[in-house]
Amino acid sequence: MLSIENLRATVAGKDILNGLSLQVKAGEVHAIMGPNGSGKSTLGHVLAGRPGYEVTAGSVAFNGVDLLAMETEERAREGLFLAFQYPVEIPGVSNMEFLKAAVDAVRAQRGEPPVDSVAFLKQARAVCEQVSLDQSFLRRGVNEGFSGGEKKRNELMQMLLLEPRLAILDETDSGLDIDALQVVADGVNHLRDPERAIVLVTHYQRLLNHIEPDFVHVLAGGRIVKSGDKSLALELEAKGYGWLEEEVA
Amino acid sequence: MPDYLAQVLQRHPQNAPPWLDAVHREGRRSCLARTLPTPKTESWKYTSLRALEQDNYAGLPTPAQAPLETHYHIDGFDSYTLVFVNGHFSPALSGNALPEGVELVRFSEADEAQARAIQTRLGEVAQREQSIFTALNESGLQDGVYLRVKPNVRLETPIQVVWLTTPQSEAFTVSQRLLLVMESGSEAELLEYFTSDTTQQNSFTNGITELVLGDNARLQHYRLHTEQEQALHIGGVHASLGRDADLNSFHLATGGALKRIDIVVNHAGPGAHCTLQGVYLLRNKQHVDYHTCIEHRVPHCTTDEVFRGIVGGAARAVFNGRIHIHPNAQKTLAQLSNKNLLTSAQAEVDTKPELEIYADDVQCAHGATVAQLDETSLHYLRTRGLAPEQARVMLSFGFINELLNRIADPAVATHLRPLLSDFFGDGNHLAEPPV
Repeated sequence: MLSIENLRATVAGKDILNGLSLQVKAGEVHAIMGPNGSGKSTLGHVLAGRPGYEVTAGSVAFNGVDLLAMETEERAREGLFLAFQYPVEIPGVSNMEFLKAAVDAVRAQRGEPPVDSVAFLKQARAVCEQVSLDQSFLRRGVNEGFSGGEKKRNELMQMLLLEPRLAILDETDSGLDIDALQVVADGVNHLRDPERAIVLVTHYQRLLNHIEPDFVHVLAGGRIVKSGDKSLALELEAKGYGWLEEEVA
Repeated sequence: MPDYLAQVLQRHPQNAPPWLDAVHREGRRSCLARTLPTPKTESWKYTSLRALEQDNYAGLPTPAQAPLETHYHIDGFDSYTLVFVNGHFSPALSGNALPEGVELVRFSEADEAQARAIQTRLGEVAQREQSIFTALNESGLQDGVYLRVKPNVRLETPIQVVWLTTPQSEAFTVSQRLLLVMESGSEAELLEYFTSDTTQQNSFTNGITELVLGDNARLQHYRLHTEQEQALHIGGVHASLGRDADLNSFHLATGGALKRIDIVVNHAGPGAHCTLQGVYLLRNKQHVDYHTCIEHRVPHCTTDEVFRGIVGGAARAVFNGRIHIHPNAQKTLAQLSNKNLLTSAQAEVDTKPELEIYADDVQCAHGATVAQLDETSLHYLRTRGLAPEQARVMLSFGFINELLNRIADPAVATHLRPLLSDFFGDGNHLAEPPV
């Protein structure tokens, strides 16, 4: 589903990704861990096409298509979803209006008509409940005045409504208490599907107690330095990242 | 320019009641003693009267059939409505039962006592000596609306006054006037809608509204301007607030060839409060100029003023927000914010907050910003599949929707949302689905 080969990227002239390669197949859950500054968030932003993140080498294929040649919105419509580490506040645009526009954009790509307002409202309310957000959040401005945890749950809500083929969660677990973490984990586990792939970018092993990954990768210095199964996460938790950096060096 | 003034003053309003003659005379006299403002006049520095000069707007307004292509009807806003078409009252379009506890008459139908009351109060707040356009308004008055809410009456039905224009064979000037007197302890909701049919207009509307709020009176006021873009408007709202009076006034203007609105609020009694909110939207070569002036003359009054504008195309918006705190006005709380969004490189905003403070125990804050759409927000929406243009429309609309969300009457907000989102998106409705 996602094939990243030797990806190099710079931000403001600084090399952040230095030859990153990663293969993700449908049905798989990958966890990408790494210390601060290793390029974890950059990977998500590059895949989503954020302005200012310049790809200097390498390739990314998404379902066999050159992802990097697509506009940001085209990537989304093809089923790529990035849950932001720091979701943006958009006062004045109601969450509901935003969610419907997003879902309709994805549906239009599939040649489907806009979702019926009443049916969608019902669905959105149900998802609200699923992610433990009060329904009043549908009326409020997008992320406006939301707490950190509420913003993360709002990202999750978008993900559940958009049903992406590939979901990348950029530190969605950071800053959450155990209850909220459980909500996020339940949401991700709910989306697990043989047709779908999930990439969890995380700083903490804790999330992986709730979501069992098929693969764990360690990102350091802008490339993947070690890959393994879930036991690698436990090893990292016990030993930290230092030993890997030494091993690589 | 003197030509316009000379010509328009030669024409006398037709079918006006005889007692208005004195008002016409005073207005004319005041106009003749002055000249129209020029770019050298400080408060007209950024607003040219060339559009008024170019075409001769000296024609008299004549009765006209109500135009059909209008959008002034507000669903769910169950109001007592008066409709004027080119300054002439249209009984066919007006109606509903007049609510209890109010006196609502047109100048042309006022009885002797009412005429006397109008003559006494007219010009009390909007003084002709302060603006030549107020004097011009008086010189051309053919009719007007006088509304008095009796003491301690709470008006359950909103009053709506619609000032419509439709083209005539010759470009014309229409004077429109509304005088609201709210007696002590009364409450009311008043909506003024300045609009037109959708064909190319050749009207210059000079609309003056006077709001006199007695002690402890409360008014929810709206002044909406959505005329077709060729229509000209110069006018204003002049309010006087008695002790503990509360004025909540919402303003909206879509752009036009020349639109200048002065809002003057006098805090005349201690403890008065004024909330002033405004939205302006401009594109093409449109021009909108809001000049607001809040006079804090007495202690313990508060003002909360927020204006936001979106300016695209080669349009120009002018905002001047003055708050004047007199020496006696201790314990004043006043804040003023003006934010502008520029959506094209040719668009221009001239914004100036003006605080003049002569009292030492007050809290005042003001700010003005001019910015472009936030790139991070734009990207965020695109990552959810929205096309850049759709994302821009959504963000622009959100910028003003924050103010629409504060509109007290949900029917008015619901009416305005699709109208305003159309302004950006050419039919791309962004009205919120019901939640």
